[in-house]
Amino acid sequence: MRQVVLRDALRDVAAVGPGMGVLGASFGLLVVGSGLDWWWAPVFSVVVFAGSLEFLLVALAVAGTPLAAIAVTTLLVNGRHAFYGLSFPLHRIRSRAGRVYGVLALTDEAYALYTARPAASLSGPRILTGQALMQACWVGGGTVGALAGSGFGLHVPALEFVFTALFVVLATEATVAGREATGPLLAVACALVAQLVAPGEMLLVAMGLFLAVLLVRHRFSASREAAHA
Amino acid sequence: MPSTGSVGTGYLVAVVAVAAAITIALRAAPFAMTATLRSSALVADLGRRLPAGIMIILVVHLLRDVPLDSAPAGLRELVPVAVTVAVHLWRRNALLSMAAGTVSYAVALALVPG
Repeated sequence: MRQVVLRDALRDVAAVGPGMGVLGASFGLLVVGSGLDWWWAPVFSVVVFAGSLEFLLVALAVAGTPLAAIAVTTLLVNGRHAFYGLSFPLHRIRSRAGRVYGVLALTDEAYALYTARPAASLSGPRILTGQALMQACWVGGGTVGALAGSGFGLHVPALEFVFTALFVVLATEATVAGREATGPLLAVACALVAQLVAPGEMLLVAMGLFLAVLLVRHRFSASREAAHA
Repeated sequence: MPSTGSVGTGYLVAVVAVAAAITIALRAAPFAMTATLRSSALVADLGRRLPAGIMIILVVHLLRDVPLDSAPAGLRELVPVAVTVAVHLWRRNALLSMAAGTVSYAVALALVPG
């Protein structure tokens, strides 16, 4: 039974695990390259465990960003995670401790992996083992990268781009999934306005502005639907 | 290595704690929501539209220092971004797209040193 669970979980994770390890390693290199001690890489990855946000956190922390701004950025960047629970098959996990870990480790990858197949075919242990394997890949990759960076003084300038490329991929993915151009264009507009108006607090202003635009847009479409009805 | 550069350990601990607490709260939020709220139109709308916009804003933020008035220096960042998008639309493999983008950035760095 246990072997079957492990085998299934390994098969689930095979698609994303190696990628998480490689990305984790570049996160580790970034941590050390930013002047932090190597062990911050596993600390971030065990405690926060949110890949793309961790890259951003290191950059913001090195710049000495105020905690309030870190909090709002986390809220908005990881805001998408608040929607994952709506379809993640948590009901397949029986034990209380298991459910807690299932929620703590509800990353982009876990969501993508375990909402893509019928919930009835998934056992709780299989989901949890998969989530733990993914975290192991991410933490392991980060630790190896950070140790390599501090031990061998490994410094590859081009690796800075991994961070940008990650967000470019996430943006492309989300834009394609959204099937509309208005939202993305409004986001670009918000970003440019924020950059002009408040270059020092660009991220916060742009995200706040975009959220406001979405709320207005929702109000507007809701009242238009009501008028049609 | 006692130093963490110019950043204090206490501050970094606070950064990790704040980010972790908010991330956990976000991941747990839908399970704490009532059924009515879970199926509300606003939640569905935000769930559909927020992610793409936030990611796009982050990309613009990351590229905000790119000098748009100087062709070689500006292209050094923008071409690898375009390569990443193109490869991603083509193969839909995140790791491959990031690798292609990073390799093209390495080439661009060699051609137009920073």
